[in-house]
Amino acid sequence: MHEVIIIGSGPAGYTAGIYTGRAGLNPLLIASSVEAGGELMKTTEVENYPGFPTGLQGPELMDAFRAQAERFGTEVLLDDVIEVDLKGPVKIVKTGGGKTFEAKTVILATGAAYRELGLPREKELSGYGISWCATCDGFFFREKTIAVIGGGDSAMEEATFLTRFASKVYLIHRRDSFKASKIMQERALNNPKIEVIWNTEVSELLGEGKLTGIKTNNLVDGTQNTLELDGLFIAIGNDPRVWLVENQLTLTPEKFIEVDGRSSKTSLPGVFAAGDVIDPTYRQAITAAGSGCVAALDAEHYLSNLK
Amino acid sequence: MAAKNVTTATFQADVLSSAKPVLVDFWAEWCGPCRMVSPILDEIASEHADKITIVKVNVDEEPALAQQYGITSIPAMQVFQGGEVVKSIIGAKPKPALLADLSSFIN
Repeated sequence: MHEVIIIGSGPAGYTAGIYTGRAGLNPLLIASSVEAGGELMKTTEVENYPGFPTGLQGPELMDAFRAQAERFGTEVLLDDVIEVDLKGPVKIVKTGGGKTFEAKTVILATGAAYRELGLPREKELSGYGISWCATCDGFFFREKTIAVIGGGDSAMEEATFLTRFASKVYLIHRRDSFKASKIMQERALNNPKIEVIWNTEVSELLGEGKLTGIKTNNLVDGTQNTLELDGLFIAIGNDPRVWLVENQLTLTPEKFIEVDGRSSKTSLPGVFAAGDVIDPTYRQAITAAGSGCVAALDAEHYLSNLK
Repeated sequence: MAAKNVTTATFQADVLSSAKPVLVDFWAEWCGPCRMVSPILDEIASEHADKITIVKVNVDEEPALAQQYGITSIPAMQVFQGGEVVKSIIGAKPKPALLADLSSFIN
């Protein structure tokens, strides 16, 4: 039986690994088989993580997180949790690789998954002009015309990054202002290859077998437009990944895992949550890391009270 | 067993003329999800070596092949049989999901 199982391998999960590892709890961290490292594995330059004054690459940062967790005895398993039973004093965790683990405490740091537009044929055209990863797919749009949907930091970063390849990047947003940080907005707005289309949503995806364009709808004056595109990058935000636990833990009205005040305590004893899966507001690498530390300390305290 | 790297020069012999189905993994060094899925494909390749061959195309080095097969998102895994693409898998997936996608070739 494990003292601690950590589910998730973003900044929250690995930080929980570093702290519970240093506390001598030999944590098992189940990292996912294909998404280990989490969201930051798909970003390029991280400029705002304290301690790195000249910035570093997202994957580089996550490799360092992992190495630091492993240094203190965290066992990192590249497998996917498919089922948990968190109710009793012995928590059960099952993986897609066919393993079953038991633990006294579980720290959930499952993060958030990208949000879809919810349009017909979105799945079918994914990989055929629709992309969810600018750093992976920008390369294929050299001298092409593309659009990025969204108004947050990720949309700004993607649009700016994609101008390295594309000849033209439309940045389409539902509102008349961006939610993104000022520095990211300015970079996008000052880029001559980027044209912002405000107050507009995508109403239809065009193309058979391959995206050829979109229909847009202006939310202020109702104007419909057709835009010819080679690629469409969707960056309209993330939803907390709670499907594993939604029938076992109390969620907030917005479907985040509910925690008690500033702690990481969920509605079940011995179950703690950290990072983007509890955070509707800040969602930064550094806040997730801080939150992972809170969960580790809460788990440690809980375990010491069991003795 | 690491998957063999194929190029424009070897594509005909290694992929199009193969008697066995061939899964071509289009990937790049700078693609994080590609690096995650690569060891899983290696495992599948050695566990099902009698049924399917798995090879890799580095899109950075072989942009023409990527373009020819309409790749706009990686990792992209295309299964060729008799010189034709008979199955396309887009994006990194866990091993059980990949095995399910490939079930008609490996079972």
